[in-house]
Order: sequence, then structure tokens, then C-alpha cells
Amino acid sequence: MTKEERFQNRIDQDLKIEPKDWMPEAYRRTLVRQISQHAHSEVVGMLPEGNWLTRAPSLRRKVALLAKVQDEAGHGLYLYSATETLGTPRDETIDDLLAGRAKYSSIFNYPTTSWADIGAIGWLVDGAAILNQVSLTRTSYGPYARAMVRICKEESFHQRQGYEIMLTLCRGSAAQKAMAQDALNRWWWPALMMFGPHDTESTHTEQSMKWKIKRERNDDLRQRFVDMTVPQADYLGITIPDPHLRWNPDRHHYDFGEIDWEEFWKVVKGFGPCNRERLEARRKAHVEGAWIRDAAEAYARRQSEMKKAIA
Amino acid sequence: MIANQQVFQFVLHLADDSLILGHRLSEWCGHGPTIEQDIALTNLALDLVGQSRLYYQYAAEIEGKGRTEDDLAYLRDVIEFRNHLITELPRGDFAFTVLRQYLWCSFRTEFYQHLLTSSEIKLGELAAKCLKELQYHQRFSITWINRLGLGTKVSHEKMQTALDELWPYTFEFFQPTAAEEKLINASLIPDCRDIRKTWDQSCQSVLREASLVVPQEHWDFQGGKEGMHTEHLGYILAEMQFLQRTYPGLVW
Amino acid sequence: MELFEVFIRSRNGLHHKHVGSLHAPDHEVALENARDVYTRRNEGISIWVVRSKDILASNPSEQEALFEPARDKIYRHPTFYNLPDDVKNI
Repeated sequence: MTKEERFQNRIDQDLKIEPKDWMPEAYRRTLVRQISQHAHSEVVGMLPEGNWLTRAPSLRRKVALLAKVQDEAGHGLYLYSATETLGTPRDETIDDLLAGRAKYSSIFNYPTTSWADIGAIGWLVDGAAILNQVSLTRTSYGPYARAMVRICKEESFHQRQGYEIMLTLCRGSAAQKAMAQDALNRWWWPALMMFGPHDTESTHTEQSMKWKIKRERNDDLRQRFVDMTVPQADYLGITIPDPHLRWNPDRHHYDFGEIDWEEFWKVVKGFGPCNRERLEARRKAHVEGAWIRDAAEAYARRQSEMKKAIA
Repeated sequence: MIANQQVFQFVLHLADDSLILGHRLSEWCGHGPTIEQDIALTNLALDLVGQSRLYYQYAAEIEGKGRTEDDLAYLRDVIEFRNHLITELPRGDFAFTVLRQYLWCSFRTEFYQHLLTSSEIKLGELAAKCLKELQYHQRFSITWINRLGLGTKVSHEKMQTALDELWPYTFEFFQPTAAEEKLINASLIPDCRDIRKTWDQSCQSVLREASLVVPQEHWDFQGGKEGMHTEHLGYILAEMQFLQRTYPGLVW
Repeated sequence: MELFEVFIRSRNGLHHKHVGSLHAPDHEVALENARDVYTRRNEGISIWVVRSKDILASNPSEQEALFEPARDKIYRHPTFYNLPDDVKNI
């Protein structure tokens, strides 16, 4: 058996691959790409919601949103740690993001213009993310799978937080309900785009499925999301902006309209409404943090020299 | 007999202090110097906003007019806010943030230590809860004061600039209002003048350790506890209260 | 910044367990970062931080030599010994 065959054999037996195990270079590269994209999505994803931290309409909402956005930072950190186990330092990964070389979930390139967007993001964006992440708790790379387990545990309140906001708005005044409907109109399609291109179009799907990096297909997850979300929208009493959406009793699934793929690719390529702002905010934080990191390192060096001198 | 009004105002002062400083800290979320520090600063913000809620709830209870924590936070104007001016100053850089945290927090912990034994049991209980959180804030800020004060030339300069800006706002910590005087006389709250010496000593030693020098000549800012604020508070409230003000009387 | 590994004792009486890693300039900051990052949900009562580069890990290619020899030493386990069912409390 070749090394490659032995590796595939382990994968087929559902054994986890750990950092020091031999792995094909392409497996490593694919993982670094996927995990770091995921990490960037968490960190960039703090920004649209972070917009509303100082405007949250009650103290209860304020602490909940703070805790949620903070969790995204934590999740970014767990995931950057997972890429580090593959030999890619965090600095490098973040440089790729700041230089515009790396991708992240394109949903975060849409603006949050009303409070209802915070509800819609929790409900739809976290809802979509959870489906994907639950599936990834079974991914073949150990550190990634373990990060996902932790993330899924922590995320469990995120979607509820969002839905509760939507529910409150939909049970509120006409203006509040209109706010909720408007948010659903704007976030529905970008949420469906989160699952990525059709599997027939996706360059990575087949190999990633074989390596069990990916455990479920984009279109399957997307279908599950639609099936799960339609009744939730009905309960809220707001309308999903898709004229083709209807229950198909033969398939036992909802049929739904086609995503505007041109828009999808445009945003992925960096030309969405907020791509520039989001990256700029990350660059600014990074640049402004440089003197702090330098100072802390200088201090640490001096302390350890002093310790050596004493010893 | 101490009028409820005075206790109410004092509890509002504690609530406003925590809320406004918590609000400033929350502005860091998503923009911290490292992910680790981003998370740490948000923890501080969460502690403080959480504390403000406890105090607003208590204040609402004392007042007994059916107002809620949110009515108190979202429906008062600048002149009714009772926070120390230092808490409302703009977020500033990380040097400014950790130093403000330390100066405020070291005062607040010292004050709470003495409030533990207040004859108003509830004040002591709340102080005990807040103390645990603030002790960590203090530890965190000292860790960074040392690293930034002694780290590089650049970081040292930034810290010294921050100290020059912040120090004049610490004067206010030790100026009781007329209403507070009454509470002090009734042994309900500690006299902030009495803790100045201890605070000053521990503060000076922390700053000296980080080779930072307290400015000699400066304006003594005060007035926050009586509703006389800097220009900054109005903007905080405009942002924070915007939804409640635009759509009055709704549930969010 | 250096990479640190974080170990947390979740409850009194339990071992410290590896929970993840983080970046910090030194041990003190690493400990505070660990508190802020890994115990937000009341997950711990004690923390260890260790510089990742100070950990020596066994090599997977030596797995057989290191761990297989223990596999057939079944006499280390109680089920290896046959006793009649009538004998109690043993």
C-alpha cells in the first residue's frame, strides 16, 4: 500500500487525522484554505453585527449581542489555532486576509442598516452556519472537528437570540414588523448563498467529500435550511421573498427559486457592497494593534533576559 | 431620615458609571489589537453593562414609580446622567483604554470595599458582586500598564500621553456632592475623601513601576455626578438611545 | 507573539484537560488570555498554560513501537483472571 492509500484507508475507516500524521500536501492545503476562510468569516462577521452594539435598544439586547459577537471572535481564534496545527502561523493567515488574497463568507459584505438585521442575521445567517458546522463536527481532521464541537456548543444561543428579536419585532408595532420584513427581504438570498455554488459547479466538493473534509453537499445543506426555515418565517408571519417557493409533496421538500449567481460571484470576487469597508476595518485594527504587540514582545524579551541574568 | 431621592441618585450614579464605561469598552468589540485582547475587552464591557443593570433595577425599585432599567438607561438626557466624566471620554487607543480602566477601577474597588459594610444591606450585596469582577479588571489593566509603560519608546509615550489626559479627571472621584454628604453622614456610603490617600499611594506605585509620571499642573475636572458633562456624553446617548427615542414606548 | 496551549480543570477533583491554544507575548498574559477566552461559560476553576514549543510529542510513525507492546499484556487487566462466580467481593 502506498502512503496515499494508507491515508485514504484511515479516512474510509472514519479515523481522525491528527497534526503529526502524514497527509497528502493537497489535503493539507485544502484544509488550510477551508479552515482559514472559516476563521476569517468569524472575525469579519463580527463587524456587521458589531455595528449595532452601541445602538442595541435595551440593556438585555446589548449584553446578548456583545456576548454573541464576542463568541465570533472566540470561534475565529479556535479556527486560527486549527490552521496553526497544520503549520500555518496565524500571522500568515491574517496577512492573506488583509492583503485580499483570502476569502471569507460573502454574507458579511452586506450592510446592517436596521436593528431587525441583527435579528435576521442571528436567525438566518447563524441558522445556515450551524447546519454547516454541525456537519463539520464529523470532518476528518481532528483539530478542526474538535473546534467545531466547541463552536457548535457555544453557537446554540446565537440563533435563538436572533429569532427572539424577530419574534419581538413581529409581535410589535406595524413599523417594527415592517422592519422585520425588510430585513428578511434583504438577508434571505445572501443566506442561501452561504452554502456555496451548486455541487455540480463546485471545484472542491468531490475531493473534499472523498477526504471527508466536507461531509455533506452544498445543495443538500441548502435544501435542509430552506425546509427548516420556511415554517419559522410562517410563525413570524412574514414572507420569504421568493415567488417560486412552494411545498413539493412528491419530493417532500420545498422547491425554491434560483439564486442570482452573478451577484454571488461578484461579492465573492470582492465587489460586494461592503467588501472594502470590512477589510479596511480589519486592516485598521491590525495596524493600530502593531505597537501594542511590539511593546508586549519587547517587555517579554526584557523580562526573560532579566531572569536569565539572575539565574 | 434620608430621603429615598438621595439613595436613588447615588445608585443611578453607580449605574451610569458602569453603563457609560461599559459602552465605551464595547466600542472595541471587533476592533481589538489581537483577537485575545478583543475578547478580553468585551469581557470587561459585559461585566460593566451587567453591573449597570443590577443598579438600574435597584434604582427603579427604590424610586417605585414603575420605571424599568431601560427607562432609566434610555430615556434620561445628559443632565440627568450621574457618571464620572472620565467614563464618557472617547474610547481612545489601547493605552488610554487600559489606563482609564485602571484609574477608575482602582478607585471603584477601594470605594466598594468600604461600601460592603453599608447599613443599606442591598448596597453592600451589590458591591460584593461588582468587586469580584473589578478585581480582575484591575489585574488585567495593571498587566498592560506594565507592558506598555515599559515596552517600547512608542508605547511608553502613548501611555504617558494617556496619563496626562486622564489624570485631571481623577479629581472628581474624591469630591462628594451635597446629596452624597447626607448619605455619608448617615453612614450609608463611605466618604470618598477618606479613600483618597490609599488610592493615591497604590496608584502612584503602579504608575511608578511602569515609569509613568503623574502630571503636576492640570485642570480639575468635575461635575459629572451633578449632571454637568463633557460634550461627549450627548453623542453616546444619541447613539445608544436612538431606537427608543425614534419609536417611543415599544418593546424590543 | 508565541503560541501557548491551554489546560483547564473544569471541576474540583478532575484532571486539567487540553482545551485549545492562543497567542500571548508571555506566560502571565497567556494565563489572562486563557481565562478570557476559555472560561467565559464557567468552564473552569484552574488554568495551566504551556508554551507550545516546550511540549515534546510522540511521533505517529513510532506508534507501533511505542504502543502496540502494551496491547497483548492482558494480564494487567482484571478480566484476565478466572474466578468462580461464587466468590464474592473480589
